[in-house]
Amino acid sequence: MQELINAKEPFRFCARLHLPELTGLRAVNLAQLLDLIDKAPDSCIYNHTHRFLQQHQYLSPEPPNDFAFWVTEIIGERKLGEELASIDTVQYSSIESLRSKIAEVIRSYLGKNPLAKLRFAVHGEEFHFIKSVSFIMPTGYTVNNLEEFTDILKKVTIDSIYFHVFEARLRLERKANDFSNWIETSIGDKELADKISKLNPYMYTLEELRKMIIRLIERRYPH
Amino acid sequence: MAKIDEYAPIVGQSEVDCLKLIAQRLKGRVIQNINSTAVGGGVAEILSRMVPLLIELGIDAKWDVIKGGEQFFAVTKKFHNALHGRFEEITQRDFEIFMETSEKNAAELKIYGDIVFVHDPQPITLVKNKSGNKWIWRCHIDVSDPNRKVWDFLFGFIKDYDSSVFSAPGFSQELPIRQFLIPPSIDPLSDKNKELPEEVITAVLRKYNIIKDKPIITQISRFDRLKDPLGVIDAYRRVKKYIDCQLILAGGSATDDPEGVEVLEEVREKAKQDKDIHILLLPQNDIEVNALQQSSTVIIQKSLKEGFGLTVAEALWKAKPVVASNVGGIPLQIKHNYSGLLCHSSEGAALEIRQLLTNPAFARKLGENGREHVRSNFLVTRHLKDYMLLFLSLYHEQDIVYL
Repeated sequence: MQELINAKEPFRFCARLHLPELTGLRAVNLAQLLDLIDKAPDSCIYNHTHRFLQQHQYLSPEPPNDFAFWVTEIIGERKLGEELASIDTVQYSSIESLRSKIAEVIRSYLGKNPLAKLRFAVHGEEFHFIKSVSFIMPTGYTVNNLEEFTDILKKVTIDSIYFHVFEARLRLERKANDFSNWIETSIGDKELADKISKLNPYMYTLEELRKMIIRLIERRYPH
Repeated sequence: MAKIDEYAPIVGQSEVDCLKLIAQRLKGRVIQNINSTAVGGGVAEILSRMVPLLIELGIDAKWDVIKGGEQFFAVTKKFHNALHGRFEEITQRDFEIFMETSEKNAAELKIYGDIVFVHDPQPITLVKNKSGNKWIWRCHIDVSDPNRKVWDFLFGFIKDYDSSVFSAPGFSQELPIRQFLIPPSIDPLSDKNKELPEEVITAVLRKYNIIKDKPIITQISRFDRLKDPLGVIDAYRRVKKYIDCQLILAGGSATDDPEGVEVLEEVREKAKQDKDIHILLLPQNDIEVNALQQSSTVIIQKSLKEGFGLTVAEALWKAKPVVASNVGGIPLQIKHNYSGLLCHSSEGAALEIRQLLTNPAFARKLGENGREHVRSNFLVTRHLKDYMLLFLSLYHEQDIVYL
């Protein structure tokens, strides 16, 4: 059993709220989709690869990004859809690198399957590029040790968990998720920090992720 | 009317706390909502819930209604249909009538908001009175394929707003101002959506001579051609060939919809003497609408065009299996075969109703998924959050905003 350690710096819980902003950019075929993926603002790429996490917090029927869903369900290119859905987002540390990978997968597929360019979405089924505008706000919760941390983690909104795990790492390009970073640098428990870092957050709903992190901490520091 | 803390058992205490935190950032700002009707239709319904909740959160929210006579509303109804892509002959005189009433409203209606939130085309010209404050135009209509003459006319005013809001991605247009996506919402604690005791439901059915001895298919909508009530009767008749069932077509009327009486007559004519078709005109009786939805076996929304289709969210929240057209904001609410069934025709609607009536376990699963989808995305608490963020966005242009 580990002794409870007081943090060098307190952890301040923030929440990330978001508002979708329409861009008027729309694609009706794969060539246009690729062109717009190359040009669209980072906020669009981020939105279409992360929207599902907050919108479908319960069991989701959708593949983990909007590009994969549209390519499969609307354009009918199932193989490409599967390739896009299989992109392991957690491996990318910036939106730019994620964008390049998505574009590369589509470009390569179109190179090998030129007839796929002839498939069009019918009117009303176009792919609409939407930006995600993030509002980051302190929740007022500040903690000084892991016991306080788990107590608050049990009650903050999923918007807060989302911010510290997903937004901080990929959109704000911090090296690790905020929880692992604080546990390593302020609590000094690198082993626990690594365990949390190694969770693939894209494989869980936000509620499941909350439970997983709490379980890891409580196993290491039983009350 | 429900207080904000009463939503905590439904959406979680932390969600309610979050709303309170955002509201603090808007202290001292006056939000002036303006629309064209105080009762009837989705916009008035949303505002009647939204404004008191914003006030309770400490935001100085107000609601004003413009005035307009019969001629003005006949023109705005034509605009409404034309924006939905339906053929309408719009004359120069129509634009003149619209402008005459708009100028009177501009002279009489006091603008005092730090943020002026204008709903739909009827009050759109008021932006000419803009002077240093922020203006938002909220479009509740499906403008995915608008009549260009009407859209171009409106564009002359839209461009002067600071931001605009649409209910579905397909409605966005090329605009020189920011466009946000905010679907509307339902209030789970309102008379229309709260749980009702069985005796209330029974009393409503008795009042309208509806006996629950066979499955009930229901469409709740204004009597409006865009809601395709005649197509619903077609679908019902196709189902009836195989499964004995009854149909309820029920709806109220909005004060800004002069076409309703005509459509109601067409519906009565088509229903003829079928005793299993119940055509009910329910002027603003939310408890009765709620009871009818709760007593339904399947709920249908066979709109030809739809701004959003709040009746779909209402039905899903009651965990009902829903068959609805793949138009407007409906596909945001229904993922086909997961939280309901989408259709494209009366024939398709009939087939899907039969599938649901013959597979109750499948129907139940769709209803349960639908309720969770609405809980996460289409309740008034999410809508309040989006509106407050929208107001804040007027003062921040970046994609990442630190509050």
